[in-house]
Amino acid sequence: MESAIEVHDLVRRFGDLEAVRGVSFDVEPGETFGFLGPNGAGKSTTISMLCTLLVPSAGAARVAGFDVAAQRAEVRKRIGLVFQDTTLDDYLTASENLRFHAELYGVPRSQAAERLQDVLEMVGLWERRDGLVRTFSGGMKRRLEIARGLLHSPRVLFLDEPTVGLDPQTRAHIWDYINELRRRESITMFLTTHYMDEAEHCDRIAIIDEGRIVVIDTPEALKGTVGRDRVQLHTPDPDSAIAALGEHFGLEATMSEGAVTVYVPSGEQFVPRLFGELDVTISAVSIARPTLDDVFMDYTGRTIRDAEASASERMAGSMWMRAVRRR
Amino acid sequence: MTEPVRETQAALPPAVVEDLLPDARTGTRRHQATPASVRVAGGRWRDDLRAVRVVWHRELIRFGRNRLRIITSLAQPVLFLFVLGTGLSSLVARSVPGGGGVNFRTFMFPGVVAMTVLFTAMFSSVSIVWDREFGFLREMLVAPVRRGALVAGKCAGGATVATLQALIMLALAGLVHVPYSPLLLLTLAGEMLLAALTITALGTALASRMAQVESFQVVMQFVVLPLFFLSGALFPLKGLPGWLSVLTRLDPLAYIVDPMRRAVFAHVHTTPAVAQTFGATLTWGSWTLPVGLELGLTAAFGTVMLSLAVFAFSRTE
Repeated sequence: MESAIEVHDLVRRFGDLEAVRGVSFDVEPGETFGFLGPNGAGKSTTISMLCTLLVPSAGAARVAGFDVAAQRAEVRKRIGLVFQDTTLDDYLTASENLRFHAELYGVPRSQAAERLQDVLEMVGLWERRDGLVRTFSGGMKRRLEIARGLLHSPRVLFLDEPTVGLDPQTRAHIWDYINELRRRESITMFLTTHYMDEAEHCDRIAIIDEGRIVVIDTPEALKGTVGRDRVQLHTPDPDSAIAALGEHFGLEATMSEGAVTVYVPSGEQFVPRLFGELDVTISAVSIARPTLDDVFMDYTGRTIRDAEASASERMAGSMWMRAVRRR
Repeated sequence: MTEPVRETQAALPPAVVEDLLPDARTGTRRHQATPASVRVAGGRWRDDLRAVRVVWHRELIRFGRNRLRIITSLAQPVLFLFVLGTGLSSLVARSVPGGGGVNFRTFMFPGVVAMTVLFTAMFSSVSIVWDREFGFLREMLVAPVRRGALVAGKCAGGATVATLQALIMLALAGLVHVPYSPLLLLTLAGEMLLAALTITALGTALASRMAQVESFQVVMQFVVLPLFFLSGALFPLKGLPGWLSVLTRLDPLAYIVDPMRRAVFAHVHTTPAVAQTFGATLTWGSWTLPVGLELGLTAAFGTVMLSLAVFAFSRTE
């Protein structure tokens, strides 16, 4: 069967900044594929190219069987989009927003009403269909956008940071809807996220950092490759702790998120030895099973949060350059 | 799944297939692989028409929902007509020979109606900047329809809204001694619609170049107000100093205010001297332009602006 998304060496430059530096991957029909990476890693740029909103600088991509640069209208008919920022008309009601979309996408009149009720019921907004979007909460708006993205029965649904800016409870809710959707519509989903826990909802994940794909695999396999527990020590004297860990255990400790971090095969057995053999004051210890955060750390050498800090510097630099060039 | 219904498996000649893919970027080589299904030619036009209609409809919904805006937009023309107009009337009555016979507000009336069109049409079209700011523009731009259809819908919507708003002003005709003659009202309504279309096209072309909401103020101060003041809405375009005379002739709005005023003066009873002073005042040198040419120039200007707007939006990614 033909892939839902095929990407070959996709590149996008903004002036001197190479935001996407040659990514390649395939997404199978019905698969939920996640792009995981820090802000500024090139996730949104990639999704924009796949959605025909940005023309690739080099490389090629096909979505639902059509080329994203040469057959844009064909691609657009077959994809649904849920953006990071809301793209609803606040002054229209929920159903007016959906009807607008149905008309633009040529959903046949005979099916539109039924489809509209379907998607609104799925996201639990059928009762609020005549409410002005202006009066909706952030979570309701996001749900409405998901409903709208599905209205024209797309083959591929793109979700760019579908839960960004929402509180944890609403995030969990949105995921319930997305998972329900996967069961019901057998749709291909491509989503980007920088939340590690969200990436675990995907069938496969590509970890992206600085415009390149670092690794692609299932969440389980990725966690399996790390295969070690993360032990974090809080200590008033991190430098001696790092030195002592190297001396006594032969471990290479690093600082991340303000704690001395080491990876060991079995955290529970390591901690008693730690207290026995280390003569550095330890104020707190935590052990964590491998998460995608650790996978990211393992493949890129830094945590998502650290990566974001340096990415924002990179972006600020390029923005400044663009501003200069514009003059 | 619901594939669009008008898709067929028809084997079309290559030339037709080319036509069906107008989105292809120039310079980008088209993929050799023929798409599994191709839309028949009529489908594309129907899609575009549907897009025009739905974008137009949205403008009307938004207009109807904002009653407060309808009322507040009337405040300014009413002030001009009844306060400034009345104030100047007494002055004009004394200084123009035979001017007492005509109420200065009658003269100002078509100008103030044109002003209503100008402000409403400009506001509607420049609201694209808000659509951009609040993201809705993106929802439209990613849809599988031609950008031209979206621009056309936006212009049609803005023009309809502006004409409706100006019709409310037109209803006040009797208060300034302009008769409710069906022919006059129809003529004015037609000219208002043409003006509205032209100005919306201008506004859309401007909005395509505006990235920030702040630019809206700039447009108001440096485009709308000069267009209004130079249009002859408030004073006759005769006997002006050379520089001002030239500027007024460059104002596209002047070519719509003049026909509207000529229509009004054709329906009010007045002396030839007054008609001479206040009626048709738009001249090139000593030549008085025919109404048909004035309207033609307006339409031509509107067409150029519309093309610019379509071009600009087709280029944005």
